[in-house]
Amino acid sequence: MTIETTTTGVLALIVIMTLVTLVTRFGGVFIMSFVRISPRIESFINTMASSVLIAIIVPMAFGGDAGALAALSVTAVAMLVLRKPLPAIAAGILAAALVRYLFQTIPG
Amino acid sequence: MKNTSYPYQFQPAKVRSELVRMFPISLFVVAFGAAFGLAAAQEGLAPLESLLMSTLVFAGASQFAAIDMWGAEVPVIPVMVVVFAINSRHLLMGASLYPMLRDVAPAKRYGLLLLLTDANWAVSAQEYQSGRRNLEVILGGGLVLWLAWIVGTWLGAYFGGLLQNPKSFGMDMVLGCFLLAMALGGKKNPRVLVAWALAAVASLAAWKWLPANTHVVAGALAGGVVGFFWLEKKPVDERAGEEPA
Repeated sequence: MTIETTTTGVLALIVIMTLVTLVTRFGGVFIMSFVRISPRIESFINTMASSVLIAIIVPMAFGGDAGALAALSVTAVAMLVLRKPLPAIAAGILAAALVRYLFQTIPG
Repeated sequence: MKNTSYPYQFQPAKVRSELVRMFPISLFVVAFGAAFGLAAAQEGLAPLESLLMSTLVFAGASQFAAIDMWGAEVPVIPVMVVVFAINSRHLLMGASLYPMLRDVAPAKRYGLLLLLTDANWAVSAQEYQSGRRNLEVILGGGLVLWLAWIVGTWLGAYFGGLLQNPKSFGMDMVLGCFLLAMALGGKKNPRVLVAWALAAVASLAAWKWLPANTHVVAGALAGGVVGFFWLEKKPVDERAGEEPA
């Protein structure tokens, strides 16, 4: 099934995307409202929460270019040294920009 | 066993301070949104259409992916599958906030989830690990991030040429760096490190061998399993008895 991208078609697609996203936003909380939160479930939730971050970042590092890798490594080091998120993030972004600039300007 | 009273008290001052706190990140979200607005315009979406999409969907990565599948005709089921897969991390993110959200009346609870996105969730989830309950960042932070996403889309849709290549400024790495900083700023102990190692391996394996966009959920669940079987020995301040007296 396909939808033509006329004005109504685009509206329909946006509504469909919105509904699918809403299911993901509401679904986890909805399911949890039927689960008794034992210490074991709480422990599962807590380690899962920080693992979400790792599961986003690691494939990003492996699939990314040198700039992406530079951004993440610099952020990691800066964060461990400074313990302040904003400077660490800024340093990471700067590293990505710098690496990409340098690679682009390499002749050939 | 229904909890009939909802003790979580929102502090308006804290909502405002969280809004201010997320403001610097939201500037980057504007740039990211501009990149989306530009991409959408190039795929033939009218500015109002991409604005509407950003306002209602408010999930950047999935919007980029959907735009990638745009054409004269758009296949409905594949778009739904891709949007669901990319956004399925929300299921776990929402679930992880449930110990706090259950103390909020259902209407407000699901209202808050409309503003759930990676950055404000990461702050709230990390603070919860250190024993602080912060749903204000979901509200205040979510609002400023949502507005930034809309403003960015608007800029990109109308003045796309302004930021030709956001990647050359490292703009595509903002979220990754932010989430990494959040992870490293959180609690680290052997249990968490083992969970991270397993999450890293599982997410990479899923990324390589499972269908596209399943890696976040696969990695997160693998990390969660470590927590399920390896319970932390709780110190004296038992926080379990938080039910209202």
